[in-house]
Amino acid sequence: MILPAAGLVSLAVGRSPKVACLTGAAGVLLGGGVVLFQSLRVLISGVPERLRLEWAVPFGSANMEMDALSAVFALVIALVTMLAAVYGCGYLQADAGRKNLGVSWFFFNLLAASMLTVVLARNGVLFLVSWELMSLSSFFLVTRDDDKESVRRAGWIYLVAMHLGTAFLMALFLLLGKNAGSLDFDQFSTAAAPSGVLFVLAVIGFGTKAGFMPMHVWLPEAHPAAPSHVSAVMSGVMIKTGIYGLLRMLTILGPPPAWWGWTFLAIGTVSGILGVLYALSQHDLKRLLAYSSVENIGIIAMGLGVGCLGISHGNPAMAALGLTGCLLHVVNHSVFKSLLFLGAGSVLHAAGTGELDRLGGLSKHMPVTSATFLVGAAAISGLPPLNGFLGEFLIYLGAVGGLGSQPQDTPAWPLMCVLVVGGLALIGGLAAACFTSAFGIAFLGEPRTDEAARAHEAGATMRWPMIVLAGLCVLIGLTAPLWLSVLEPAVAAIIPNHLREAATASTSQAVAPLTGVVLGSGILLGLVGLLVYVRRKLLAGRCVERSVTWGCGYAAPTPRMQYTASSFTRPLTFLFRLFLRPRDEIHPPRGLFPTDARLHTAAPDLFRRRVYEPAFLGMAWMASRLRWLQQGRIQVYVLYIALTILALLIWKLG
Amino acid sequence: MSILASIAHVLLALLLAPLLPGIINRVKAWFAGRHGQPLLQAYYDLWKLVHRGAVYSKTTTWVFVAGPIVELACAATALLIVPLGGIPGLLAFPGDFLLMAYLFGLMRFFTILAALDTGSSFEGMGASREAFFSALAEPALLVGLASLTVLSDSLSLGPMYSAVTWTAMASVGGPALLLVATAVLIVFLTENARIPVDDPNTHLELTMIHEVMVLDHGGPDFAMIQYGALLKLWVLGALLVGILVPVRSGFWPIDLAAGVAGMLVLAVLVGVIESLIARLRLVRVPQFLVAASVLSILALILVMRQP
Repeated sequence: MILPAAGLVSLAVGRSPKVACLTGAAGVLLGGGVVLFQSLRVLISGVPERLRLEWAVPFGSANMEMDALSAVFALVIALVTMLAAVYGCGYLQADAGRKNLGVSWFFFNLLAASMLTVVLARNGVLFLVSWELMSLSSFFLVTRDDDKESVRRAGWIYLVAMHLGTAFLMALFLLLGKNAGSLDFDQFSTAAAPSGVLFVLAVIGFGTKAGFMPMHVWLPEAHPAAPSHVSAVMSGVMIKTGIYGLLRMLTILGPPPAWWGWTFLAIGTVSGILGVLYALSQHDLKRLLAYSSVENIGIIAMGLGVGCLGISHGNPAMAALGLTGCLLHVVNHSVFKSLLFLGAGSVLHAAGTGELDRLGGLSKHMPVTSATFLVGAAAISGLPPLNGFLGEFLIYLGAVGGLGSQPQDTPAWPLMCVLVVGGLALIGGLAAACFTSAFGIAFLGEPRTDEAARAHEAGATMRWPMIVLAGLCVLIGLTAPLWLSVLEPAVAAIIPNHLREAATASTSQAVAPLTGVVLGSGILLGLVGLLVYVRRKLLAGRCVERSVTWGCGYAAPTPRMQYTASSFTRPLTFLFRLFLRPRDEIHPPRGLFPTDARLHTAAPDLFRRRVYEPAFLGMAWMASRLRWLQQGRIQVYVLYIALTILALLIWKLG
Repeated sequence: MSILASIAHVLLALLLAPLLPGIINRVKAWFAGRHGQPLLQAYYDLWKLVHRGAVYSKTTTWVFVAGPIVELACAATALLIVPLGGIPGLLAFPGDFLLMAYLFGLMRFFTILAALDTGSSFEGMGASREAFFSALAEPALLVGLASLTVLSDSLSLGPMYSAVTWTAMASVGGPALLLVATAVLIVFLTENARIPVDDPNTHLELTMIHEVMVLDHGGPDFAMIQYGALLKLWVLGALLVGILVPVRSGFWPIDLAAGVAGMLVLAVLVGVIESLIARLRLVRVPQFLVAASVLSILALILVMRQP
């Protein structure tokens, strides 16, 4: 039996490098390779692998298992971290003399190992320890450029958010393990507290990590601050551990009542729509990508919601389609989001800025980066024939298919369909607007600054991971029906026993629609090939010239007159100003010979500004009111201790 | 037999799509008291463009060249999916309406990118508005089609439209179907750049949406864009005609003839609309589109309330 933990061992070995990236990346590749192989084997054979070791920590045991659900997540974690590690080799070269790369690689390895342990752990203590390790190692990766004030602030917000989330998880695990007297997952019982309370704890705890909408504030801060290959890992796979946690809890907490499904659906719709709206209003490429992760987590949560509603209303097709869509989108989002972050990293590397309105015309200098970024942008907008369409397609099918079988006691049933279909359609349209803007403004047109004009293509170690990921986007898109059978055991693990057989049957019924989609995509690609040929034949031997862009008669255009990302998205951000509350600073031109005119637009996060900042300021104020307790004199503290003991004695004996 | 009918529909659509703008223009000319351009003008234009060379801006890249190709391929693939009344699409499977809607999404994606590739601020402006309006039109179309799935208890366009019969119209589904038809009409006008959302004949680049995005294309590329747009007009028109002309005789030549006649009447209708209504101010267009979504949602609720 090859242990999944073999990955960890090799990862730990790879922690020694001081300067060379080689050992660090080799550690990740070796460990990741083993895990990749292992999780594929589990997914194909369907036989879970187990490992149980004793551990001296109270209630702890190194109890690990790789079942189908874990294998799906382990697969994407291993894949993305491996590619990100290769990319990191090239990306970190720029810092070679400036920073200690060994530290960076140590934490990268630690992050990879802890993420894998999180999805494999079957013991509460082991889970929480690796969860915490994951948060801490990524915190140190985020704050690598700690000479910048913004990075330190981002790291701080990240650290606080993660620990608040973990606090809820601790409460959750303690409640689950209270009756059993053990923190092993298979011993957990839900008797200690109403399962609704446990569910809320799980949603807040895991949702903070995943980036559900009210708890997402750390995401747009931490992801742009981290080095790009780390952002790719964090956004691509680390936030998915939150989704994994929720799915795992669904298997433990028992069949979900309907309101859990509605909760997921509401969270998903809100995160999806507001996430993409905030993404639209960003000027910085990496911040835009971070908000788009909130959007995609929203889509995943919508799938989860459809699945849960299917389970609670005894509709196996809805359950199977919703959950399969959710898991497929997890896989797909890992692929294209890490691709986009790596692309953003190459842009940052080449032009020195991720500010969209200072870029432009990059595709002439960076053909590989721009082509792969275009694939990622089309995929994340959910367009066929790429992979992003598939997950959304299954969620749509689940919702529309479930519409016909309205449960007697649910008059709000059409709302489910309106939320999913209307929400997904709106998200799709807005995401297309967002990513045409990101790609079109940064990569197409004329360079807006000298830095953008001098940009250069990334090195081979940075190019190949992007090519592989873009290839995967196409490959998954064209092998859609195959993925149903790969994900089927993982979905079956979440669905309760009485629905499982029917759900498996409806999963196999979904093969026909997906085959249809693939057929349609095939026809599309065939037609594209045909038209390329026709166009070449038509233009052969004819006069094909190069000239300037038609400027409607204007003779002296400059690159600065091009449409910018801010102007491109302005109509949408203006329409949704109620939710975005954009802040504009306008200094219009004045007088006959205007000299100075400026316009600055920004959309700071509403939740951060209106909810968290007041809340934390309030807490700081309350804490400052208690400052008189802290005299700094030992005698006073001894008095406190004595009083406490006295009070306890009176309470216990009295 | 049904495959034969579907093939006949696809061929007729490929052949007749350029006739629709001719009819629209003739109706508009009649309203304005002009003689108007020839009925077959779009055919002449396409023929001329196909035989031209091309000029490319130095700013553009391969994305600009790929745009027209992908656009036409998307529209043609969508044509294979769409049914015309009782005639099912060639490519039919549960959820095919989603693939069709998203193919138009891909088409738009490349139109916008090709426009941004020129670096022209006029084309950027058009691209921005296209992205804006289409994002709001998408929910109306998909929610509207979702209510058809309930009515027919099927997830494929063919059976969905076969269920729209006179009896369905007269009994349970009538009001809901009319609401869906209105919503689809709004989407049809928006997506095909017609008045009251966009004016294909305006003389200022600043005021155009779709036409301004393709300013820099010429020759065979522009022919592909034009033909793609015509096919899109046909496909979205077929979605509307399928509801408004519920002829389901079971004998396919009759159904097909009724559908094609419906398409021609639809072109007349568009001409009438364009002659009678002025273009909306840009800030009013979102309200128009949100109204379409509301109509679709109402239709869905109505359909769900049926016993």
